[in-house]
Amino acid sequence: MTRRSSLAKGRIVIDQEMCKGCELCTTTCPYDLIHLAEQYNAKGYRPATLVDPDGRCTGCTLCAMMCPDAVITVLRHVKSRAGSAPLAVAA
Amino acid sequence: MAKELLKGNVAIAEAAIRAGVQAYFGYPITPQTELLEHMSLRMPQLGRVFLQAESELAAINMVYGAASAGVRVMTSSSGPGFSLMQEGLSYIACSEVPVVLVDIMRGGPGLGNIQPTQADYNQLTKSAGHGDFRSIVLAPSTVQEAIDLTVLAFDLAEKYRTIVIVAGDGMIGQMMEPAELPAMHALRSARPDWALTGAKGRQKNVISSLRLNADNLEDVNKRLQAKINRIRAAEARYEQVLTDDAEILIVAFGTTARIAKTAIREARRQGIPAGLLRPITLFPFPNAPFKELSVGSQQAKGVKAILVVEMSAGQMVEDVQLAVQGRLPVRFYGRTGGAVPLPDEILDQILMLAHRMDEAPTSGESFAMAA
Amino acid sequence: MQEQWVEQTVYQRPESLSKNPTHYCPGCTHGLIHKLIGEVIDELAIRERTIAVAPVGCSVLLYNYFELDSAEAAHGRAPAMATGLKRVQPDKIVFTYQGDGDLASIGIAEIMWAAIRGENITTFFINNAIYGMTGGQMAPTSLPGQVTGSSPLGRDVEMTGMPIQMAEILAGLPGTTYAVRRSVHDIRTIKDAKKAIRTAFRVQMAGAGFSFIEFLSSCPTNWGLTPSRALDWIRQNMVPYYPLGDYKVADIVKELR
Repeated sequence: MTRRSSLAKGRIVIDQEMCKGCELCTTTCPYDLIHLAEQYNAKGYRPATLVDPDGRCTGCTLCAMMCPDAVITVLRHVKSRAGSAPLAVAA
Repeated sequence: MAKELLKGNVAIAEAAIRAGVQAYFGYPITPQTELLEHMSLRMPQLGRVFLQAESELAAINMVYGAASAGVRVMTSSSGPGFSLMQEGLSYIACSEVPVVLVDIMRGGPGLGNIQPTQADYNQLTKSAGHGDFRSIVLAPSTVQEAIDLTVLAFDLAEKYRTIVIVAGDGMIGQMMEPAELPAMHALRSARPDWALTGAKGRQKNVISSLRLNADNLEDVNKRLQAKINRIRAAEARYEQVLTDDAEILIVAFGTTARIAKTAIREARRQGIPAGLLRPITLFPFPNAPFKELSVGSQQAKGVKAILVVEMSAGQMVEDVQLAVQGRLPVRFYGRTGGAVPLPDEILDQILMLAHRMDEAPTSGESFAMAA
Repeated sequence: MQEQWVEQTVYQRPESLSKNPTHYCPGCTHGLIHKLIGEVIDELAIRERTIAVAPVGCSVLLYNYFELDSAEAAHGRAPAMATGLKRVQPDKIVFTYQGDGDLASIGIAEIMWAAIRGENITTFFINNAIYGMTGGQMAPTSLPGQVTGSSPLGRDVEMTGMPIQMAEILAGLPGTTYAVRRSVHDIRTIKDAKKAIRTAFRVQMAGAGFSFIEFLSSCPTNWGLTPSRALDWIRQNMVPYYPLGDYKVADIVKELR
C-alpha cells in the first residue's frame, strides 16, 4: 500500500499570537521545516511557522517538546479502519 | 465547667483548643513558651496539627499557608519573635486570611529581658508590618479574660478575615489564677469558598498579596480600610471602674490596670475621686468614652485630668491624646525595661496630679516621662 | 474494509496550564519547565487536588499560568507556606516552585528545614544562576567569574564564596528521599527532566518524604545571549559545575519506580 506522497505523515499548528519567536523549535526540527514568519504578531514577535511543501513532517513532536511556551500542537496522519471514530482535528 | 488554677499561657492555649484551632505553628521564646508546650502535648492528642518551626519567621509563613487552606490557625510569640513575623503579617493582612496571634510582651528593645512590658503597643496596633493595615488587638488583664478574648479572637478573625492579636504582658502569660475554660467547640470541617483545597469542580482559588497594577492594589487598600472602619465602629471594648464621679481618670490596660485599681481605691480613701478607664481593645482604640467625658474645672464637677500609666515609655498615651483632643491635661507615668510599677508609685502620681489641679489647672499640658 | 487516513493529535498544550500567555522572556526555560509540570499533572490526573506555592522572582506570577489552587509566598518562604498548606490537608499535593535567589539565598533556612523534617511536599528549584526579576544580579548559584548586575567585574569567589549546589546539600539531609538535578537544554535532558517530575510527584503521592528537583534553566535576557546560545551556555558552563544526576533516591522511592 503506497502512501500517497502528497499527504505528510504529520503537521504542526503554532499559535501565532502566543509564539514569542524564540526560535528554539527551529533548532530541533530534524528536517529544518520551521522558520520565523515575515509578519509580526500583536506583540511584535515574528512567530514560528511550518514550511513543509514536500510534506516531510513526521509529527515527531520534538519541536513541541522544546517550546517554552507550549504553543505547538502536533498532529499525525494515521491509517484507521473505517468506522473507528477519527479524533477531531485540533484547532 | 468548673474553675481551675491555670497559668495564663496554658489557659490561652487550651482556650484556643476549645475554640477549635486546627493548627499551631510556633517557636520557643520566653515568656510565652508554655503556650507552645501545651500545644505540643494537646494538639497531636486531638489529631490536630502542631509544629515547632525553625524560626518565628518560618512559623508565621506556615500559619499563612494553613490559613490559606481555610482552617483555624494560630501562633504565639513575644516581642523579638513578633518582629520576625511582621513581613508575613503584612502578606496575611493583604490577602485577608483569618489569623490569631498571641504576643506575650517582654522587656525591650533588643534582646531586652524576659520581664513583662507593654512596649509592643505601637508595633501591634499601628505597624504590625509594612503597608496600610491594622490588626484587631485584644488586651486581657486576667487569666479569665485571656481565655475569653482568645475565643473571641477566632470569631473576630473570621468575621472580618483579619489578623487578631491577643496581647498580654509577661505577667499575663506567667501568672496562675483560677479561671474557667469554655466547653470544646466542634471542629469545623467545612472550608470557606476562597480556601486553597484543590480546584475540584470549581474555578481555581489564588491567595496572593501581589497586585502589580496600581488601581488593583488601591482597590485592595480601599477594601481593607473600609473593613478597618467597620471594625472601629463595631468592635471597641473597654471597662470603666468608678468613673461616674471621677475627677482624676487613670487610663491603663492589662496588668497595669489592675495595679492602678489598687491605687485608685487608696486615693479614694484619701478623698480623691479617681477612676479607671481600661481599654480591652487596643485596636480599635475606645475613643467614645473620652468624647463623653464631662470636662471638670474649678467650678464644675467632672474629670479634671487624665493620668495614663503604661509599662512602656508612653505609647498608648498618644491614642489617649488623640481621643481627648486637648480638652483635658494628659499626664503619663511609665516604667520600662520590665520594671513593674507598684500601686504607691501610681498613687503618688494621682496625689501630685490632684494637688496640682487644685492650684493652677492648665489644659493641654504635654506629658512628661516620669523620672 | 475501506482504509482511511485520519488526523490524530499527538501533542497539545497541557490542560493544567492555563490559557494565559506567560510574561517570561522569549526562550526562557521557566515556561518549558511549567509545561513539563503541567504535562505530568495531567498524566497523573492530580490537577484537582494539587496546590502550587509560587515564590518571589520571575515565576512569582506562576499562579496565572497553572489551573491550580495557588498561593504566592513571601520571598524565600514557600517551603514554610507549603508546610502549613500540606499539614492541615495531607491528602492534597503541594509543591513549591522557586528560583535560586528565593530558595538558595533568602529562603535557605526554610528549604533546609522542609528537607530535615522530611516534609511531604515537592520542590522544583529553578537554577538560572542569576536574579532575573530584578534585572540580573548575582545569585548564590552564579558561577565563578560570571558577570552580573551586582558582580560587574565577574563573581569574585574570594569575596562571595563559591556557588552553592543545592541538590547535593539537600540529598544529605535525613528527610529527603528524592533529590536530583536535571536540565532542559536539549531534547534528551528535557525527557529526563519530565521523568524526574513524575517521580517526584509520585514520591509525594506515596507519602514517602521530601522530593526535590534542581533544574538548570536559562536566562537569555540577563545572560545577554540568544535563547539557543543560552541553552548552549548551560551545557558548556553550568553542567560541569552542576553535574546532572540523581543525588538521592531512597529505597522507598526505588520501590515506586
